[in-house]
Amino acid sequence: MTQSCVTPGLLHFEPPIFEIGATGRTGASLPTLDVPDVDSAAALGNLARRKPPGLPEVSEVEVVRHFTRLSQWNHSIDLGMYPLGSCTMKYNPKVNEATARLPGLAGLHPYQPESQIQGALELLWELERALCEISGFARTTLQPAAGAHGELTGLMLIRAYLTAGGNPRTKVIIPDTAHGTNPASVALNGYKPVSVRTGADGVLRPQDIEAVLDEDVAAIMVTNPNTLGIYETHLPVIAKMVHDMGGLVYMDGANLNAIMGKVKPGEVGVDVMHFNLHKTFSTPHGGGGPGAGPVGVVERLVPHLPRPTVEKHGDRFSLDFDRPESIGRVRSFYGNFGVLVRAFTYIRELGGEGLTQATEMAVLNANYIRARLKDAFPPSHEADTLHETVFTGKPLKKETGVITMDVAKRLMDHGFHPPTVYFPLIVPEALMIEPTETEPPEELDRFCDAILHIHTEAHESPETVHAAPLQVGLRRLDETRAARNPRLRWTPTEDSE
Amino acid sequence: MRYIPHTDQDIARMLEVIGVGTVEELFRSIPAGSRAKGTLALPPPMPEHELLALFQRLAGANRSATTGDLLAFLGAGATPHAIPQALDDIIRRSEFLTAYTPYQAEISQGTLMAIFEFQTMVCELFDLEVANASMYDGATATAEALLMTKRLKGRDRFVVSEGVHPEYLETCETYLSGLSGVELVRVGLGPDGRTDTAAVKAALESAAAACLLVQSPNFFGVVEDLAPLADLAHEADALAVAVVTEMVSLSKCQPPGACDFDIAVGDGLGYAVPVALGGPGVGLFATRDEFKRQMPGRLIGETRDANGVRGYVMTLATREQHIRREKATSNICTNQGLVALCFTIQSALLGRNGFDQLGQLNYAKAQYARQAIAALDGYTLRYDAPCFNEFAVRVPGGDAGRLVTDLAEHGILPGVALGRFDPAWKDTLLVSVTEVHRREDIDRLVAALAGKGA
Amino acid sequence: MSDIPSHLQYTKEHEWARTTDDIMRVGITRHAADQLGDITMVELPREGDEVQKDDEFGTIESVKAVSAVYAPVSGKVVKVNEILEDNPEYINDDPYDVGWLVEIQMSDPSERDDLMDAAAYQAFSAEQED
Repeated sequence: MTQSCVTPGLLHFEPPIFEIGATGRTGASLPTLDVPDVDSAAALGNLARRKPPGLPEVSEVEVVRHFTRLSQWNHSIDLGMYPLGSCTMKYNPKVNEATARLPGLAGLHPYQPESQIQGALELLWELERALCEISGFARTTLQPAAGAHGELTGLMLIRAYLTAGGNPRTKVIIPDTAHGTNPASVALNGYKPVSVRTGADGVLRPQDIEAVLDEDVAAIMVTNPNTLGIYETHLPVIAKMVHDMGGLVYMDGANLNAIMGKVKPGEVGVDVMHFNLHKTFSTPHGGGGPGAGPVGVVERLVPHLPRPTVEKHGDRFSLDFDRPESIGRVRSFYGNFGVLVRAFTYIRELGGEGLTQATEMAVLNANYIRARLKDAFPPSHEADTLHETVFTGKPLKKETGVITMDVAKRLMDHGFHPPTVYFPLIVPEALMIEPTETEPPEELDRFCDAILHIHTEAHESPETVHAAPLQVGLRRLDETRAARNPRLRWTPTEDSE
Repeated sequence: MRYIPHTDQDIARMLEVIGVGTVEELFRSIPAGSRAKGTLALPPPMPEHELLALFQRLAGANRSATTGDLLAFLGAGATPHAIPQALDDIIRRSEFLTAYTPYQAEISQGTLMAIFEFQTMVCELFDLEVANASMYDGATATAEALLMTKRLKGRDRFVVSEGVHPEYLETCETYLSGLSGVELVRVGLGPDGRTDTAAVKAALESAAAACLLVQSPNFFGVVEDLAPLADLAHEADALAVAVVTEMVSLSKCQPPGACDFDIAVGDGLGYAVPVALGGPGVGLFATRDEFKRQMPGRLIGETRDANGVRGYVMTLATREQHIRREKATSNICTNQGLVALCFTIQSALLGRNGFDQLGQLNYAKAQYARQAIAALDGYTLRYDAPCFNEFAVRVPGGDAGRLVTDLAEHGILPGVALGRFDPAWKDTLLVSVTEVHRREDIDRLVAALAGKGA
Repeated sequence: MSDIPSHLQYTKEHEWARTTDDIMRVGITRHAADQLGDITMVELPREGDEVQKDDEFGTIESVKAVSAVYAPVSGKVVKVNEILEDNPEYINDDPYDVGWLVEIQMSDPSERDDLMDAAAYQAFSAEQED
């Protein structure tokens, strides 16, 4: 490339914090004891800790510097795009951080009397209403801590409903394009996953469902649009088939950003769906959480929702624990409240109009990328895609030996985080790209330019692409070594091998 | 719309490149019959200052200990500690806050090294050999621990102490309800407030169990004698699992690893982040090295790059859902990354000396309060055994909930009325005292309780 | 095309088999090892375990994948290549020699008839490539 888009700049090779500091240092700001001192070791006797934990000894200055230097090694949304399929890496609004930190919200204890947390309960109740309106469901539980947690909860609800009807059944149908959490959640519920192939046109076909559908099937789990980015057009027919056989329909709501204001899953045959607030509703990813995975349900599943639920009587809000058919709890307390506050802030800022516009621009952005890349990286299917598209790097591999992983790593040298790669499993050398609506058109063009540049480079000097990344401060990391000789914590002796 | 950059000109140009006439055409793959009718019935969009006003109102409709409006002594698995400004400042950095899961290691070294440090600190606090990159919360970590012992031992029975937080036990029950033939056998506390070892022995002997599960300090604040409990479990060829909901207790109490426990789980809520109505916290999970491949959750490992420079990657991912799918150790995908970072920063700022000093403050202030309340007419300590920063008190009149409501009027929350968990505990108040309580706060609590005495 | 020794037999799951009297030594082919990438861990049965033809008897893990290994024939596991516990990379280095997995004492030698010869396996793999 003529001019590099990224340069290392002032990047410190910072060691782990255990290698910094000196005996006696601290960054703590603690009060002096104003009550009589007690010899805790004597009082606790053999229960007393003998060997203190090996925490670092550093001043606040060193801590702040350490983590500031570490932060420089991270890509982030505020730095640039994450075109990761099915992750919906949209911009995280700053106002969300302000509302979540209001002491009147952040300082609440879960066991305060209800009369003291009416504002918080009102917030939860309103958030539940909003999510129901967006999705077409009767009620939504806000308890689950993440999407996968929501899946688990949703499957438990299905099991509880069927068990109450006399037969929990044994199987759940899962498309071959499903995210790995889907079969894992199924297994955790004691169900057996039954795989069904996506049709050649990229959607589930009723006849393929029929072939595996029987009275032992508790549910089908679908993602809509699916992980190929394609809308499951036969969903109403499939839902009816499953319902007629006495089963239920679970939808993984990871791709909700494609259909807000356009489709309400509760209206097209879905019985239960989890939301990913850290995807569709802008709450920050934080390097891997916390998220939140609320679960919306149709009326017949409501009695089984986790307890407590939030109820409103007149202008009073309360927590309802008296729910004998509830599946119980899926976690402590009420949910990731801090995340829920952020999501509700986003929903109130945008309103229905803004959410619909977000969906429209997300789909526009994704299709723009598809139009620009389709000749170099063919889309996996002819069918229309909505907010994301899966491209295949198979022709490139065949022509040049350069694989999708190489392309991904070389993209870093252009200042972009790579897209999702090698997923879904049914597409060889897959690149799954979802820009979201918050990416400006110029950024999309820069991204497409970079991909096309790498495509050309793969033909002209494949060895450069194989060797990537070359510009980001570290070369490719040895994952084999990490797996064969796991070093999962810092130890004092071997820090310089 | 400030988060959506597109102008009409942008849209027109893009539609032309795509080759369609309108944005609506991009949705043509959705069957007409599936389209939602009308528009979303949500309140209209709001500009920022009105948005903030709305949330100020919602926040203002609560009473919070952190606004100075309320003097609260609440713990019960969510014990508020002081969270330094520097911590919040660091995690508000875009590079930590808006970063994704570190799948692409070369551009995520900030997150990866921080989580590696987190894993190390969790190991040190629990005194165990390997810890994961965090779980949703202590309750789900506990449920996952039970499932792990089930995998390791091939047994379906778990002996659990009633000293474990009721919501944790309830979560375990919910998690296990989908698996047939699984049994949670509960063992009660003895008169001293600790898990009844005779009952544990009997429960372990009556049928093969995968593990024994206890919490220390337990739900009533009592410090359990862990070592003999581990022995009992191992004698029965079961694994020993400990829950710690108050991480600061590990400054003064023997950690599970030192007592020969096999798995330790807990939550950093209150220690690493404000309690915020119970979440998000951070689930902690540590175990022996020999069990690491059965451990759920993400793991960060150290390695080298092609030039030999030290770096960090997600490793042993073959345990996880994206590879093993239905045979995964768990379905967990997102962890609690940012809160794990908070945990790491808090532990670094406190450091060895600060952590110890923090423990001493908690312990001494709780003792001061405990002695003063025990001396009040009509109040008795439910248990005499040593505690750390929390203790259970039987209140005069036998209705702790009523006591709490009365004192709340005067801006004091004296503790958690345990009747909400079990009617049999209606007379008991759980009082939590930490470094945030000054002597005069404790004196005020004692005076208020005295006023409600017999 | 990956190397395919002519004196061995092969399965559809990319295992190879070498028989001496009633003992069958089993491993995975170069093709399978390459697909997996750097192997990081192997889970094998114990000596004395009984296996059934086509049943999964172990797993091989790489950084990015887990592959099941299936018994080409029924019988009893009489020997396990223990060196793989600490050195799983031997499978990548030499899958047909030092990287062998188990030895099975066959209970029904006629089951060998279902296995492919080198030429058939070559054709089978080529078909799979696309």
